[in-house]
Amino acid sequence: MLSHDTAKNLYTAMLRCRLFEEKVAELYPQKEMKCPTHLSTGQEAAASGVCAALRKDDMVFSTHRCHSHIVAKGGDFKALMAELYGKATGCSKGKGGSMHFVEPEIGMMGSSAIVGGTVPLAVGSALASVLQSKDKVSVAFFGDGGLEQGTFHESMSFASLKKLPILFIAENNDMATCTHLDVRQPYHELYRHAEGYDMPGVRTDGTKVETVYAAAAKAVERARKGQGPSFIEVVCYRWKEHVGPNTDYHLGHRTKEELEMWMAKDPIKLFGELADKEKLLSVKEQDQIRSTIEKQIEEAVAFAKSSPFPEPAAMFEDM
Amino acid sequence: MARELKYNQAISEAHVQSMDRDPSVFLMGVGIADPSGLFGTTLEARKKFGLKRVFDTPMSENTLTGVGVGAAMCGMRPVLIHARNDFLLLTADQIINHAAKWSYMAGGKLKVPFLIRAIIGRGWGQAAQHSQSLQSLFAHIPGLQVIMPVTPHDAKGMILQAMQSNMTTVCIEHRWLYEKTGPVPEEHYTVPFGKGRIVKEGKDVTIVAISHMVLEAMTAVDELSKAGINAELIDLRSIRPLDESMILSSLKKTGRLMIVDTGWKTCGISAEIAALAAEKGLRDLKEPVVRLTIPEVPTPCSPALEALYYPTPKDIASAAEALVKGKAAVHAEAAKPAATEAGKPAREKEFTGPF
Repeated sequence: MLSHDTAKNLYTAMLRCRLFEEKVAELYPQKEMKCPTHLSTGQEAAASGVCAALRKDDMVFSTHRCHSHIVAKGGDFKALMAELYGKATGCSKGKGGSMHFVEPEIGMMGSSAIVGGTVPLAVGSALASVLQSKDKVSVAFFGDGGLEQGTFHESMSFASLKKLPILFIAENNDMATCTHLDVRQPYHELYRHAEGYDMPGVRTDGTKVETVYAAAAKAVERARKGQGPSFIEVVCYRWKEHVGPNTDYHLGHRTKEELEMWMAKDPIKLFGELADKEKLLSVKEQDQIRSTIEKQIEEAVAFAKSSPFPEPAAMFEDM
Repeated sequence: MARELKYNQAISEAHVQSMDRDPSVFLMGVGIADPSGLFGTTLEARKKFGLKRVFDTPMSENTLTGVGVGAAMCGMRPVLIHARNDFLLLTADQIINHAAKWSYMAGGKLKVPFLIRAIIGRGWGQAAQHSQSLQSLFAHIPGLQVIMPVTPHDAKGMILQAMQSNMTTVCIEHRWLYEKTGPVPEEHYTVPFGKGRIVKEGKDVTIVAISHMVLEAMTAVDELSKAGINAELIDLRSIRPLDESMILSSLKKTGRLMIVDTGWKTCGISAEIAALAAEKGLRDLKEPVVRLTIPEVPTPCSPALEALYYPTPKDIASAAEALVKGKAAVHAEAAKPAATEAGKPAREKEFTGPF
């Protein structure tokens, strides 16, 4: 059974992710955020369940779809929103944008727009932890497309060989842009890859954040004890289009009914109901959390909009 | 008399000294902890620091490059070593998309202090995938430093400089330099990047040479002296950043510029230097720029063809002489590969392979 604090953390993290991205989707049509944004609405349980099992100094690496990972790790709404607006106050001073969120202060070490690109980086950070005799754990977030890269397989092999403290988190949303998993890979059960690399592999339900958290907590403990890497598959669904604020079922590669079926299993709604029923987090507390986050996001938007753009000289800085 | 070391011994000493001073330095790569120790450059480090800090890796070059990037941004100073620079192409994604860009994309909050060493092969039929010279490809990329030390002194000093830099450095070494000896100070010292080296001062023509071609050009310069031509020879050492001021001031003095590269001509570093002369030194040029490079084909295996493939000291001397006499264009037309003297290059009698 979860503690009140853990339940609160999980709920807060998921809602922070959701409300941040809903605000992005709402404001994006104003065309002031001039960068491609890949929203993870509907997939919040993966980031939130994993990050709730981490310490602040554990290190997370992400993908082009990185908003929820950084928000769940504790990212600063103001710095993130300002980054989307290309402002000097953004998390990377306006040089990275939506696909390259980074906040080393909270252990968010960056995001790559190359599919599978950060998986080796996370392995490197895990190796650094071992060489420095620290007990930090590293996390590589990637999607089902990431498994198709050589870097994934090479990274799994090397991390297992060296028994590195790392979690490989595969968010399986069945979709690479608009291409289904069954035309890209020989089987759907991604966790089966783990066995070949001699590490534990589990499949979790991305509509039930408590299952993701339980698997992550176990994997983190194992990593922290020096027992090596783990692989966790999170089965989830991307509510929005590949890139942008809208839905995409009108294209015909998936259906409105399928989206509605997944939206009915909204991980935040399900966990809110569970937490209330189990007396972990009352509806009243949940409402308080929501209003606090909404206020923070409004402040972040105002901050972002009023922040200055980078000076021309910034072009040549930070090499 | 200053102490002399071989090039590979100088590299080895640089690794040992940097690992002694800085516990965050470690070495990795395919086969680097095997008994040959990557042509002897990692043996001492392995002996002194053990397999935790000097270790073999799987044949997963791209991922191991990413591992280096990740470790570097988490406080380590990795060194990744490849027996051939051709293997860098497997790692282009991690070098170009990640190592070179992470600091900038992170607004400078994360740095990637990472040294990647890789070797150019030549001779004994190494053929098309073991003897490319890929410096220009990486020198195209902002965010990378590309160095090609020629002397044992510079090999040690530039590697030690890389170990103090907060950027990623690609160090491309020529296999035929490994057995060359030269004076190397015993203490720790650095050789700055972006500074060429005047090998010999002269007034008639500037020869900018790269990597092993510096040695070939040294022979050529001696020959030219005998013919009464006083050539200035520059060892470029650093491909990116480029020592623009040394090249331009030498050109101002001699009025003639020739570049000799181990790589190809098209979009190569010789094109960059020629463009530099056109942009910033045009009025100093008395004659068109001359470039000597390998021919625009992959490296052939057969000794009969391989012997024709590389510019020789004689090629360099005759091209320079023609340039000084204002007959460069006529000379270039005549100097087809078939006209080049076959056989082993003068300075390299000792290399008999296999690797």
